[in-house]
Amino acid sequence: MIAIENVHKVYNRGKANLVNAVNGVDLEIAEQEFLVIVGSNGSGKTTLLNLVAGSVLPSSGTVHIDGNNVTRLADYRRSEWIARVFQNPLSGTAPDLSILDNFRLAAIRTKAKGLSIGINDNFKKQVKDKISTLGMGLENKTDQLMGTLSGGQRQALTLLMSVMDTCKVLLLDEPTAALDPRSAEIVMRTADKLITEFKLTAILVTHNLKDAYTYGNRIIQMGEGKILHDVKGKDKSALKQSDLFDWFG
Amino acid sequence: MDFYLTALLQGLCLSAIALGIYISMKIFNIPDITTDGSYTLGGAVTAKLLVLHQPVFLALPVVIAAGAIAGALTGLIHTKLKINALLAGILVMTALYSVNLTLMGRSNIPLINTASIFSLINISADFNHNVFWILLVFVAIITLLIGYLLKTDFGIAMRATGNSESMIRALGVNTDRMKIIGLALANALTALSGFLMTQFQGFADINMGIGIVITGLGSVIIAETLINWLRITSVWLSLLLVLSGAIIFQFVLAITLSTGVDPTLLKAVTAVFVLLIVSLPRLSFKSSA
Repeated sequence: MIAIENVHKVYNRGKANLVNAVNGVDLEIAEQEFLVIVGSNGSGKTTLLNLVAGSVLPSSGTVHIDGNNVTRLADYRRSEWIARVFQNPLSGTAPDLSILDNFRLAAIRTKAKGLSIGINDNFKKQVKDKISTLGMGLENKTDQLMGTLSGGQRQALTLLMSVMDTCKVLLLDEPTAALDPRSAEIVMRTADKLITEFKLTAILVTHNLKDAYTYGNRIIQMGEGKILHDVKGKDKSALKQSDLFDWFG
Repeated sequence: MDFYLTALLQGLCLSAIALGIYISMKIFNIPDITTDGSYTLGGAVTAKLLVLHQPVFLALPVVIAAGAIAGALTGLIHTKLKINALLAGILVMTALYSVNLTLMGRSNIPLINTASIFSLINISADFNHNVFWILLVFVAIITLLIGYLLKTDFGIAMRATGNSESMIRALGVNTDRMKIIGLALANALTALSGFLMTQFQGFADINMGIGIVITGLGSVIIAETLINWLRITSVWLSLLLVLSGAIIFQFVLAITLSTGVDPTLLKAVTAVFVLLIVSLPRLSFKSSA
């Protein structure tokens, strides 16, 4: 589904503060693989995620998504395949728009935003049904502004929004970093459920080793722009939480 | 009484600017001061075409296109060259001064015995009443069009662009393109105000746009204060309040002048008035905290 070949990302080339954020990474992510990326600050894991998302373009190397070469494609043109959840709950939703408006935009992620009114009774009902699956009691508040909700509620809604339109790849950039433990757990469970239910290929970047241990069927550790560990399938299930701690030892 | 009627009519003429500033400042979150130039541009194009005995129906689309091009230029400079929006606006506004002067050929074009949107239909024998009804219909049509636009999928994407850029890019919208379209729309509206005002006052002047951005800004800030105060989320009500803001603004100026303030101080009074409406909500918050 995603193929990253010999990708380098260099910041401040030719200056004293040169950074090799991603230093020659080769990574093949199969369909329906749920990849967890761990690594200390500055290890290049977020840059790697952004290279897939298109917010950062590589200095060299190629990126393929679903067989298409997307190496030079801008982020907004990759929305055809990719849905994203950001670290900051504010980034994934528009606070001054109603929940309904936010969902409308998400429902046409892969399509053109045309000059017709898309929010009708049918659509409202569809959104309500979707939101009620969260069990947060938000289904009757769809006219409320997104900004009036808590960070946890917004992250959960962002997740739901990602499957409003056809989605192949879900990128989760530390989605629970700004949340309290309870909200974080709800968000991670929702993510896991949606990934299974919609057969998504997913990448989760996290600092939370418990989440890294609990979720996903493949885990890699990044360090200084390179992949240090790569464990998948049965080996990932057999991995103990203490093994992960040892990676950082 | 006529004094206040004139204020009302001016308010209606300038309500298109208020809508334009509402789009650039509130929806796109871009402080756009191309306005001063594109307002005069609207006036200059109108006067030039009418003096050349062109029909109003030709002038209208040309004015809209001229304003849109000016706005799109600011948008292009801002997004493609990554230049601060304020500076991009100032650059285009400055260049527009020469464009306008070249178009007009001199600094002032009086409109005598030329066609006018206000003489197209005769509803009332009284000139001002006639102007009022025509302006009302004109502004109503613009407001309906903008209101509809903001309700469409494209309009929601516009609103999201100024609100959460990362989100809307992730949802497949080219935000650069969106901003260029938004600034084009805002300045087309501004040029429309120039179109209306030139015909209402009967002349176009190279200096007619000086400080007009403050008028639009003031109108939007009055509207915003009311929107926040009344907790309004409806698009239609917000637009109506923006229109009211434009009219209230002209009334305040009219009342100030009627108290005997020297007209040379008008721009200073305008600036102080805008300062007051911007700062009053903050001052009152401070005392309650």
